[in-house]
Amino acid sequence: MDVLLTQSFLTSLIFGAVTAGIPLLLAGLGEQISEKAGVLNIGIEGMMLFGAYCGFVAAYYTGSFWLGYLFGGLGGMVVAALVALLCIRLGLNQIVIGIALTIGFEGLTALLHYVQFSRTYPRLSPVPTLAIPGLSDIPVLGQALFNHNALVYLAVLLTFFLAWLFRNSFIGLNLESAGNKPAALDAAGVSVLATRSAAVLATGFLAGIGGAYMANVGAGLFVPFMTNGAGFIGIVLAMLARGRPVWVLLGAALFGISLAMTTALQVAGINIPTDVVQMLPFAMVMLVLVIFARHSVLPPALGLPYVRGER
Amino acid sequence: MAQETVSARAAGASSGRVPAIAVTGITKRYPGVVANDDVSLAFHAGEIHVLLGENGAGKSTLIAMLAGMQQPDSGEILLAGRPMRLTSPRVSLDHGIGTVFQHVLLVPSLTVIENLMLGGPWWQRLNKAPALARFAELSGLLGVSIDPDAQIGRLSLGQQQQVEIMRALWRGEQVLILDEPTSMLTPQGVRDLGEVLKRLRDKGVAIVLITHKMQEAYEFGDRISVLRLGRLVGSIEPGRRATMSQHDVTEEVIHLMFGARDKTGGEVDVLLGQHRRRADRNIANQSPRLIVRHLSTVAERGECPIRDVSFELRPGEILGIAGVDGNGQKHLAEVLAGQRPAAEGEIVIGDRNVTVGGVEARRELGLRYITDERLGEGTVGIFSVATNLVLKEIGRPPLWRNGLTLWDKVNQQARDQIRTYDIRTPSERTPIAKLSGGNIQKALLARELTETASIAIFNKPTYGLDLHNIRLARERIRDGAEKGLATIVISTELDELLELSDRIGVMFQGRLAGIVDNAGQAERQIGLLMTGAAQG
Repeated sequence: MDVLLTQSFLTSLIFGAVTAGIPLLLAGLGEQISEKAGVLNIGIEGMMLFGAYCGFVAAYYTGSFWLGYLFGGLGGMVVAALVALLCIRLGLNQIVIGIALTIGFEGLTALLHYVQFSRTYPRLSPVPTLAIPGLSDIPVLGQALFNHNALVYLAVLLTFFLAWLFRNSFIGLNLESAGNKPAALDAAGVSVLATRSAAVLATGFLAGIGGAYMANVGAGLFVPFMTNGAGFIGIVLAMLARGRPVWVLLGAALFGISLAMTTALQVAGINIPTDVVQMLPFAMVMLVLVIFARHSVLPPALGLPYVRGER
Repeated sequence: MAQETVSARAAGASSGRVPAIAVTGITKRYPGVVANDDVSLAFHAGEIHVLLGENGAGKSTLIAMLAGMQQPDSGEILLAGRPMRLTSPRVSLDHGIGTVFQHVLLVPSLTVIENLMLGGPWWQRLNKAPALARFAELSGLLGVSIDPDAQIGRLSLGQQQQVEIMRALWRGEQVLILDEPTSMLTPQGVRDLGEVLKRLRDKGVAIVLITHKMQEAYEFGDRISVLRLGRLVGSIEPGRRATMSQHDVTEEVIHLMFGARDKTGGEVDVLLGQHRRRADRNIANQSPRLIVRHLSTVAERGECPIRDVSFELRPGEILGIAGVDGNGQKHLAEVLAGQRPAAEGEIVIGDRNVTVGGVEARRELGLRYITDERLGEGTVGIFSVATNLVLKEIGRPPLWRNGLTLWDKVNQQARDQIRTYDIRTPSERTPIAKLSGGNIQKALLARELTETASIAIFNKPTYGLDLHNIRLARERIRDGAEKGLATIVISTELDELLELSDRIGVMFQGRLAGIVDNAGQAERQIGLLMTGAAQG
């Protein structure tokens, strides 16, 4: 067991936790925006996957990681636009549409990838990292936390920016009202449909970037079905965070560690069957749900389409 | 040219003054109904204009159009004499037309000031300083004091309504529209509201007040207009109103509302809030049918639990439960019906303790619960009237045999009940959600008040019904009690309880604040108990 305490093991574990946690963080923050506005965005898994595909293709042909993120985000927004159209404009069931979009884009991305690359999985060049001067020299933690792709720092900053935004802006007020009492927002002269559509598009953008990060940075390649439930973990994080972005960050760190554990334990050659190790993140989801889900408070209008004049 | 004459007609309605807002020849159709049929009305600054009418008379449609929520099919809206299209709530608000809707439209999780700021430019930061200044200004105008940082969910309904009035006036105080604002208030709350409205009127606000209660129309209205079936059937002008006694006003309104219909019927009593109290009957010597001792429930999100409630109920007695909505009435009804577990205390029916027994056990002992959620909890909307009438017998003989439904018998029985209880439905196979509220209530009563019933609990039995159906439902409740049914009527309409009950209990914050005999001074005492000011 000594190997668990070596410096290099710990560094790689925490580094891996950050890499695995960032897509969850972006998905969780995105889902939080939708849920605040009263939209249960089950399709987020599809948004991540399409974002991962678009982001990978963009980065593969242009060689730019930033363009990869941008197109990943736009890819997520395409799926989000479908949610906005079907669930918000037309008032269809959010759960049914969400599941349909997830399954649909799983199939679509797999097909597109096959058409384009056949059965090969080309890799991207190694990701550029930005070492934060000073902090990255701290033993063990420095390399694990402060020598990442620049997007990692942006995502963490985004958490605090959203926390500020929710409290101190009309955007925060409008989102909160759209999820708690949409009729009040409507009566105040703000379009509920526009507010919710914007929230869902923002979700798509963030989830898409999360997917692109997962493909381009986490794996360095695109594999069909590669998000593997990350979007759903994002939904769990958003539900447990009760509208507070910082809690999403904490949750993402927790799940990031358990995901990194699966790789790290195998690398370290600990004699545990891989099946058991790979169960870890999902066992963690269930454990966290059992402990905290009783206290999760969801917006009263979550999942309900808004029709003026109906109560 | 045509437009000018129309405008002139609306403006000329009152001594040459240009009304703050007017509608001329406005018509609005919904599938199957004409909600507003060529209605022309003028609302003047410094005047409280009461719109009276039954449910379905078109009052709510009219204000929805003024509030920018609905668009008229024809006719036009004039603002200070100029035609204006109010295409959205924002347009109405920007023109200083504010509306207080029947149901509270505030976000409960936000504070007072945040709710008032709602609707500001979305790209901006929340800047509280100017908002607080406006808040202080409006507080002065209304003559109320509320903490701007209090969470809405923690305020009383009366205070929430004051915040709603502020919100309606927030972007300009030309026109204030209130849709049945008194339905959720205590008697004291109604008086406070009256003060606020008169104050605003004297400052030059044009106030439109919608109500179905004659008393309020008389007390608050400078001008009274009556709508019936989507048409304006008559108005009492301020000049004439000032010379009329309450009796004259009442007579005229009744004439307008009911036309040639029989004016001695129960509907007029319902409108006037007159209650022919029930004759005293000797029930004291009977042994109680239902005994409740120290009953409490567990609080759930957004619901008021009951605490330490005790009472006894005798056969043939009607116990009214008064109180402002949300003071534990729902929990009381559900715990008695067996739909909600009791945390403490006990419930005894006859001599059987049924505290732990569920719905089924209590039903067998004759307890019936007629819920206020007629669609949803009371009936299954997509099921036929016939199925809903036997909803609680499913699987049992004689209508079911060996797990199979005997549809002929079910439909036959339904046809009988539809005839007996005058349920207006195209057929027994019509989905019940297509029926009007009054007819759904009739079906519910037919299902619940059978021969085997011995205790009946009514939760808001006349909520949302028209005058005719209100009268029928009340008669049904009274008849049940005459036949020996031990009855509980939970209602927020005090008049209803005063008419029906032998005794009236008052719920306040989950406690039974007191039980009052329904006699001379009951009304005053109940009013005090409702606000928690007195202990009974």
